[in-house]
Amino acid sequence: MTGNNHIQLDSNGRLKHFLTTEGLSRQLLVEILDNAESFAGVAHRAVKKVPLLRGKTIVNLFFEPSTRTSTTFDLAANRLSADVVNVNLATSSTSKGESLLDTLHTLEAMHTDMFVVRHSSSGAAHFIAGHVAPHVSVINAGDGQHAHPTQAMLDMFTIRRHKRSFETLTVAIVGDIMHSRVARSDIHALKTLGVNDVRVVGPKTLMPADIESLGVRVFDNLDNALQQVDVIIMLRLQKERMLSASIPSESEYFRRYGLTQTRLRLAKPDAIVMHPGPINRGIEIESSVADSNQSVILQQVSHGIAIRMAVMAMTLGSLSGSLAKNDENPDN
Amino acid sequence: MTLDARQIDSLLDDMTDRLRELLTSTGKTDPLIIGIHTGGYWIAKKIQQRLGLSVLLGELNIAFYRDDFSRIGMHPHVAPSQLPFNVEDRHIILVDDVLHSGRTIRAAMNEIFDFGRPASITLVVLIERTGHELPIKADIVGKSLGLKSDEHAKLLGPEPLALEIKKAE
Repeated sequence: MTGNNHIQLDSNGRLKHFLTTEGLSRQLLVEILDNAESFAGVAHRAVKKVPLLRGKTIVNLFFEPSTRTSTTFDLAANRLSADVVNVNLATSSTSKGESLLDTLHTLEAMHTDMFVVRHSSSGAAHFIAGHVAPHVSVINAGDGQHAHPTQAMLDMFTIRRHKRSFETLTVAIVGDIMHSRVARSDIHALKTLGVNDVRVVGPKTLMPADIESLGVRVFDNLDNALQQVDVIIMLRLQKERMLSASIPSESEYFRRYGLTQTRLRLAKPDAIVMHPGPINRGIEIESSVADSNQSVILQQVSHGIAIRMAVMAMTLGSLSGSLAKNDENPDN
Repeated sequence: MTLDARQIDSLLDDMTDRLRELLTSTGKTDPLIIGIHTGGYWIAKKIQQRLGLSVLLGELNIAFYRDDFSRIGMHPHVAPSQLPFNVEDRHIILVDDVLHSGRTIRAAMNEIFDFGRPASITLVVLIERTGHELPIKADIVGKSLGLKSDEHAKLLGPEPLALEIKKAE
């Protein structure tokens, strides 16, 4: 998908919507990470809140069930002092026959400033961003098999917290690459941030044909792929893949692609293990690996709040006008 | 008109003497110093050196508390606030370089209260200039300047410190 930036950025190059990591500059990704670093400190205060988005209304528009993503978006908005409404569309008007655009315009008429959208169709967030009023921002919280940019950025944040620089890293992404919006968004972000060696690992039936065009190396043998890696990103195996016969069985999948303690030893001794959650213990990851010192899975969840705060503040901030200068304290 | 490092140093000596007196006469013992990023922190550091390093120093970045977010948006590269102590029930010396509208100080006080409930806040500024917009006055002032609304007082630093008065473009 080209021309993302046409819709994601404003005329000053600032983030207006956050729909995909594809095509964003390294500078902008680093800015998101730096801002998230500032917001991460807020969680350690007596009052876990800053007044930045006071008076703004954010609607979480979830057409697809989600626990951690919707909860962390909700918390992020609350910690920025915005008002948040969670709309569960699975049980709402869409089931009464209202079109997506009618639903959207109805919610817009309630003076909404931002939509956080999760949808099972690829491109849903782009579609919504293309139809909202000019003062409204849209954040993609996962669209079909396309993108999950805030997950990718919290992954980058977690990697940066543990590793000194992106350039020298070797990163393996393991599992159902074909259906994973996390894998796609991670690959774009990793490549933009300068990671040379990105390895994707999984059964041929779950590997997209054109994936090498993204600058990654393809492996179907996990042991080979894990040699000397710094970061291992495990993907969740969705149950419906088993039903569609893309893989033979859970136990066969675990035998070939499950991350076990034994396999983890093939990676560098200080390698970190990541997973977007929820994890399937015993299917893609051995229980003891998920609970080991090398696992940073729970840190990813905390970092998700800081990343979502940063992206919300940046997108709503870009809509505030174009006067932000580097001047630290223009009016003392 | 400008101030050079030597002139600022002598203002700082005098400010610290008066601050010490004020703290003693009001019984504010064992204070903490908080400087506002960036110029306020430079001044706070100088005052800390004069009071003695046993007085702990923190840095406050009020970017998330500004009242002009809805006009100008996020500031790029916001350094996080670093308060390496608990402010609860403590006497705080809040330091900034220039007191102008008073909006920065309002934001800073709001932020400090989100870290806890201090026993008191004493405001120290190197320069107090004309143009207050809020009922905020400093307890200790290095120098008062009557500036026109299109004049801008800016502290350069951290080493050496210098104060520059410029016409706004």
